[in-house]
Amino acid sequence: MAIKTLTIDGQLVSAREEDTILVAAREAGVNIPALCYVDGLTPVGACRLCLVEQQGTNRLQAACATKVQEGMEIVTNSPRLHEYRKMILELLFAERNHICAVCVANNHCELQDMAVRHGMDHVRFEYLYPQLSVDVSHEQFGIDHNRCILCTRCVRACHEIEGAHTWDVSGRGVRARVITDMNQPWGDSDTCTSCGKCVQACPTGAIFRQGSTVAEMERDRSMLQFLVNAREKKQWNV
Amino acid sequence: MDRHELHELGDKERRSRPRLRIRCCTAAGCLSANSQAVLDKLKHAVAAQGLEDEVEVCGVGCLRLCCEGPLVQVDPQEVLYQKVSPEHATPIVGALLGGSAGVTQGDPKSPFFALQSSVVLDNCGFVEPERIESYIAADGYQALAHALHEMEPGEVIDEITRSGLRGRGGAGYPTGVKWSMVAKHAAARKYIVCNADEGDPGAFMNRSVLESDPHKVLEGMAIAGYAVGASHGYIYVRGEYPLAIERLKIGIKQANKMGLLGSRICSLPFDFTIDIRIGAGAFVCGEETALMASIMGERGTPKPRPPFPAETGLWGYPTLVNNVETFANVPGIIRRGAAWFAGIGTEKSKGTKVFCLTGKVKNTGLVEVPLGTSLRHIVEDIGGGCPDGKVKAVQTGGPSGGCIPEDLLDTPVDYESLTALGSIMGSGGMIVMDDKNDMVDVARFFMNFCMDESCGKCIPCRAGTVQLSRLLTKIIDGRALNEDLKRLEALCGMVKETSLCGLGQTAPNPVLSTLRFFRHEYVSRIKPPTNGRPKPKVPAASADDGVYTPF
Repeated sequence: MAIKTLTIDGQLVSAREEDTILVAAREAGVNIPALCYVDGLTPVGACRLCLVEQQGTNRLQAACATKVQEGMEIVTNSPRLHEYRKMILELLFAERNHICAVCVANNHCELQDMAVRHGMDHVRFEYLYPQLSVDVSHEQFGIDHNRCILCTRCVRACHEIEGAHTWDVSGRGVRARVITDMNQPWGDSDTCTSCGKCVQACPTGAIFRQGSTVAEMERDRSMLQFLVNAREKKQWNV
Repeated sequence: MDRHELHELGDKERRSRPRLRIRCCTAAGCLSANSQAVLDKLKHAVAAQGLEDEVEVCGVGCLRLCCEGPLVQVDPQEVLYQKVSPEHATPIVGALLGGSAGVTQGDPKSPFFALQSSVVLDNCGFVEPERIESYIAADGYQALAHALHEMEPGEVIDEITRSGLRGRGGAGYPTGVKWSMVAKHAAARKYIVCNADEGDPGAFMNRSVLESDPHKVLEGMAIAGYAVGASHGYIYVRGEYPLAIERLKIGIKQANKMGLLGSRICSLPFDFTIDIRIGAGAFVCGEETALMASIMGERGTPKPRPPFPAETGLWGYPTLVNNVETFANVPGIIRRGAAWFAGIGTEKSKGTKVFCLTGKVKNTGLVEVPLGTSLRHIVEDIGGGCPDGKVKAVQTGGPSGGCIPEDLLDTPVDYESLTALGSIMGSGGMIVMDDKNDMVDVARFFMNFCMDESCGKCIPCRAGTVQLSRLLTKIIDGRALNEDLKRLEALCGMVKETSLCGLGQTAPNPVLSTLRFFRHEYVSRIKPPTNGRPKPKVPAASADDGVYTPF
């Protein structure tokens, strides 16, 4: 295993060769924002919040999907990045019906936390107010498409860790939706094992355990990484 | 089949041709104008006159001047008939014996034809796409045989590098460098992929090449396979091109039968098989990582690069992805040499480029010119200019490109010059617009295209294009304020810099380039600021404070 050294926000940092910029930064105490990334799942570089600047190139890099390189100079926060992140969040809030005040995930929502962190106090774009459905046909869980940000954490958790591949994405562009099986009600799914990993992975209130109160919406995201470590590295400590 | 047999077959095919040849276009454009019936009637008419031994009637690929189709050309008299209908068949055959057919004739020596040069399209309109013998008679598969017999794989790559060929899909990456990257990766398996998922509005270059001369692309792929050490190739064709798919299937079958594809090609220990994969109608599958995902049976969405396909491609193996036109250039370079190819074009952009000239222009159709030719030459001399009115702008590069205004038409068409103007070469769509075209509406058309075609994976492209389209609509409807214009520009910059793949990164280009050259069309529609809105009436503070009354 080779060790690389790089600079993150002016701080000299060492990282394992296979680490991504996001992991290396976090070990050095720099928390790069991200919504689609979660420990234990393959990064997809979809939310674009983790974009960072790299010295010597004008192109922004997705920190979750870019491996560290020797001598890299990374800037994780700048006025430009801050503005872009804020705009991404505004686009997300305008895209579907995110109304924190009536959301069961209020105060336990990564989208909400991210908006607070970036000082996003209003949305400069037109709200689309799409008509979206809620599927509570499953006996324990439910999905509210109004709150989905299409991070595909559920899809990856179900495919990579549970191995059931109940979740997938249908349609494209704004018409994209996460679906269960062949776009049938979740309750009719033959493949769902009701393991609840998607519930733990979901960053917003989109996938939830039915009957949970606002106070009970705390999720255990570290469970995904724990399972991966236990299986692949035989590490059983948290 | 060895080279000797290849030569013999070509000679036999050439000798068997009668003196007179009637070529009828059977590419998609003319077929949609009923050219199949014209071809059948021509054959009947020749038979009825008892001329089968003297006249050959053949269905060929695109004869280029699509707007005048169905086209029929008679050799060696060089007579071009336009807008031919089945009833014209008998008079056309009658005219072979002297006299006039009384059918609209075009001039094969007119600027539209005379000013073009043919490298990629040299067989197009001459060979019969569904007969491999016809391609072999035009020196087909000679380049493959030459490469296999006389060149080391490294020499083939050197030849391509020295030719200066660059990717014809739009980005213009040096082809030789790409090939050598794939060649240098040591792997148990490698793949060649031909990107034929042409989806830009107004572009049909790749379709025409595949429908007119499919073997040239197959030969180019086989040479690439030999050069980089791959033994399997895929052609990813969009499902909207059924004729191209059909002709490729026939072509692959014929080449396999003749030992020009498959195992032990040219009786040498080199194997190369080609399979067709049919796209299901997603524009984003033209992006190479999405294309590979689609070939592997996954959802066609792009992935972050690096790793590049040359390192980790199909099923994790090194994969070479090139466009149809890039592969179609390869046999010519091997056969005629890198120096010949490098002699065409400009210093940094070598060779020719096929364009699809469409829109408000007299001659619409397929055009091939050396790189570095000015846009004005293409639009006004070859295209014949606007039929009514003045050229206002030329749109190049489809939804990823931009609009170049009339006063900059002297710009040479090469990768760097077009990029400097905020457009791109793209795959070769060229849409001419006149003063009746509203540039904001044009920008919105392309934005709506990108919005519909966004895969939905990354947020800037999925949600940003929707907002951009709404802002453009607001401007067109005259509801926009100055802040909306600023917001439009800011959002364009953000979508460009933060999107995951080329689709999103270039989606704002049509807006940015029309803002750059036709800003007045945006500004003139902006609603003037009202001088502050009327102040709401605030009720006078009442004596009983402490009771909060909001209104």
